[in-house]
Amino acid sequence: MSEVTIGQPAAAPQPVSPSRQAWRMFRQNHAAVVGLLVLLAILLISAIGPLVYTVPPGEMVWMPLTPPGRSAYLLGTDYLGRDLLAGLINGGRVTIAIGFSAALITLFIGVAVGALAGFFGGWVDTVLMRITEFFQVLPNLLFAMVVVMLFSPTLLNISIAIGVVSWTSAARLTRAEFMRLREMDFVRAERSIGAGNARLIWKVILPNAGPPLIVVAALSTGTAILFEAGLSFLGLSDPNAMSWGRMIGDNRPYILDSSWGVTFPGIAIFLTVLAISLIGDGLNDAFNPKLRQR
Amino acid sequence: MLKLTLRKAANAVALLLAVLVLNFTMIHLAPGDPVETLVGEMGGATPALIEDLRRSMGLDQPLYIQIGLYVGNVLRGDFGHSYYYDQPVLTLIGARIGPTLLLVTTALFAATMIGTVLGVFSAQRRSSWLSHLVTVLSLAGFSAPVFWVGIMLILVLSVAFPIFPISGMSDAVGTDGGLLYALDVAHHLALPALTLALIYLAFYSRLARASMLEVLGSDYVRTARAKGLPRRLVVYKHALRNAILPVVTFAGLQFGQVISGAVLVETVFAWPGLGTLAFDSILRRDTPTLLGILFFSALMVVVMNVLTDLLYRRIDPRIKIR
Repeated sequence: MSEVTIGQPAAAPQPVSPSRQAWRMFRQNHAAVVGLLVLLAILLISAIGPLVYTVPPGEMVWMPLTPPGRSAYLLGTDYLGRDLLAGLINGGRVTIAIGFSAALITLFIGVAVGALAGFFGGWVDTVLMRITEFFQVLPNLLFAMVVVMLFSPTLLNISIAIGVVSWTSAARLTRAEFMRLREMDFVRAERSIGAGNARLIWKVILPNAGPPLIVVAALSTGTAILFEAGLSFLGLSDPNAMSWGRMIGDNRPYILDSSWGVTFPGIAIFLTVLAISLIGDGLNDAFNPKLRQR
Repeated sequence: MLKLTLRKAANAVALLLAVLVLNFTMIHLAPGDPVETLVGEMGGATPALIEDLRRSMGLDQPLYIQIGLYVGNVLRGDFGHSYYYDQPVLTLIGARIGPTLLLVTTALFAATMIGTVLGVFSAQRRSSWLSHLVTVLSLAGFSAPVFWVGIMLILVLSVAFPIFPISGMSDAVGTDGGLLYALDVAHHLALPALTLALIYLAFYSRLARASMLEVLGSDYVRTARAKGLPRRLVVYKHALRNAILPVVTFAGLQFGQVISGAVLVETVFAWPGLGTLAFDSILRRDTPTLLGILFFSALMVVVMNVLTDLLYRRIDPRIKIR
């Protein structure tokens, strides 16, 4: 009786979750990792900077229009003798808070409209797409300016105004994803075992439409920050809060005497949005390996 | 074809009516009204005068009657009277729409043309320096605030090297409409147009590159090459025609956003267009002017979309079949 040796089964490959896979892809994109580090640094500075560097951003601390490096105030002072470095450290809070909350509102409206239109189709789709078309025709910054002016420039109102004018592309993308996914077998299977519409929309289709929406979320945050900067540059910002756009707007009449007053806040906005768009690019590659080939 | 055109026209008219009604409603539902602002600027008034002012502006009527009156007037070509400038809104907008269109179309034209050229060249050599430049440019263009780019350009090209004027549309001399005037305006136009174009160049070079890459990998381009056509002919005759479609589509769709960008650029360069007018009207709560500007901006976008559609059909005959 010969012994039958059964070969050890080859070690099954460890299943890798999609998010872990995406993270691996993301890590390979060096620019995206740099973007992530820069954004984390900016967030950290905005969060604890004001506690460490306690110079008040809105008060005169030195002679007006002092160039960088000529006083204890590293980046110099503006036309009112306010410390630019303090302004940068404190202004980041407003810019970033509005950027993220406006992006959240953008996504919320966009996903809701797009999901309903794409899922139900028919007249629901027609009506919602007409509304989307309507908002695409409105010049977005102009409309946001009017909204902010009419309903007073608080942080919440500014976020809502930006969200209300920016959601259309998120809606179109969500709609396209829903139209593609709703006919797929796994959705039909769920429906056949009795899943209701709400479950199909939120639990079945939406998670599968997630990856492109995450990329849109990143891009929306970048656009929203630029939007906030534009509004506060025009003077439509919370008068009690320092923000980077407002610093540029305040110092613009004095550029002939002090270029630093507009240069530094601009660089801060630029770096923040650049970091976010690098992350967005990285996420796009991570979720969409086909694009990497290009 | 005629039926389709009519349907599109009806659609556009409905859209514009909706713009009128929504803007009117929003502005009139907001807290505070123009009479309060006016009275504030006058330094106070008696209740009787306030009542008179409200009546003369039609503000004492219920909202739906005000909307009906406004839409009726607009259909007859009457956009009302500016509260602040004491001129018909149409006259005000008529004087400002030209400069804005000049700025926006110059910038958009330059951005799409140069963007397409950059995109096409960089798509052919994927790892050349030009290709990397397009990538860097498109990231930078997306991330830089347009008004800041404008200020930086002023600091370099008007202050450090005084080549271009800092602001305005023309110098006071030579406003006779002749060649000298045109050159003067062009001289003033250069920086604001460059600012706006740089932002959009970023987008279009990237779009053209992606689109060209896709087309160059398609079967019919491979077929054209396989039958021995010269490379130049394949790229410029076969591929470019199809690769340019998304550029045209986006140029039309983005027109509204370009107008928004123009608001910021006009403010930076004191360019006498709709953007600066809009900004002043917002500060002064000049509702009729504001409503007029919002309507004309929407109108420009709608017209631009229709033109894009027509152009699209010329470039791509397949669209007609659908």
